[in-house]
Amino acid sequence: MSMKLLRLFGSRDTSAPVARERLQILLAHERGLLGQPDLLVMLREEILAVVSKHVTLDPDKVIVRLDRGKNVSTLEVDIEVPNDFEKSKAAERRMAG
Amino acid sequence: MAKVLVVTSGKGGVGKTTTTAALGAALAQGGQNVVVVDFDVGLRNLDLVMGAERRVVFDLINVVQGVAKLPQALIRDKRLENLWLLPASQTRDKDALTDEGVGRVIAELSPRFDWILCDSPAGIERGATLAMRYADEAVIVTNPEVSSVRDSDRIIGMLDSKTVKAEKGERVKKHILITRYDAMRAARGEMLTTPLLGIIPESQDVLKASNVGSPVTLNNADSAPARAYVDASRRLMGEELAMVVPVERKGFMDRLLGRRAA
Repeated sequence: MSMKLLRLFGSRDTSAPVARERLQILLAHERGLLGQPDLLVMLREEILAVVSKHVTLDPDKVIVRLDRGKNVSTLEVDIEVPNDFEKSKAAERRMAG
Repeated sequence: MAKVLVVTSGKGGVGKTTTTAALGAALAQGGQNVVVVDFDVGLRNLDLVMGAERRVVFDLINVVQGVAKLPQALIRDKRLENLWLLPASQTRDKDALTDEGVGRVIAELSPRFDWILCDSPAGIERGATLAMRYADEAVIVTNPEVSSVRDSDRIIGMLDSKTVKAEKGERVKKHILITRYDAMRAARGEMLTTPLLGIIPESQDVLKASNVGSPVTLNNADSAPARAYVDASRRLMGEELAMVVPVERKGFMDRLLGRRAA
């Protein structure tokens, strides 16, 4: 609503600053990415490696969400662990299946 | 079974990515389950135009190489729940894509969606041929100028020879979409003997939509390009609509102030 009001009151194009900010965030991440390994990707892989030491991960039950922000990024790793989670049992089931 | 639609052109900068986003969103707004797939490996941009660039975790190459499962790589649009994005990789190059791998991904997407829109890279190299490889239909995006029309002609030749359909002796259904149409320098699409899917007028609304990361049909549904894309999506769905080029609707204030539509 406030955006519509702003538009009504003569502010012209407000999309250019938005584009500028989006590109700043994106390019900062991508430039880092080319020089060194992406921290978030590293974290994701190491977290999953640690978890899979103890639980057999079902790739379909792992959800990874990422939101790259200007000052803070969030990495959300959502792992569904069955209640009978002993690795051996899960492995047995997999062998049998 | 999804319809596989490649958005292609040969020439770069004509509006393939804008068109993929806008047509994908328009089809989704019409109730269809849609996934838009970025085939521009190494130079991805569809994520940016869709406003999902901050949420990319896995990509098409990861899925092709088995690093990630398809559901993990698919990104759901924040505005439309039946619109999904499969991004390209930004760091790898197009050689990481294989015919067999692309075929597997398309086959896995197919039962889940009504439409698979493949955003082709420019050129006629591997990336572009793989983007069209499994297509049932093609939208050839062209601008009203000679170099663009020539490249479109070349691409049509490839659609008739290098696709799976062509190799089986079937035809890929082709549509021409004219973008950046400026009535002042009009050159119509009848140069190519392919049916016209739509004419998208040149407009600042397209730039604004890209700037904020929202397909133009969502960002400003009343704008001339958005209405043209919605018409094009309805033609894809089989409706017959008269071909008119939408014009900017000037508001009362704009007229009062003699403002240009910008």
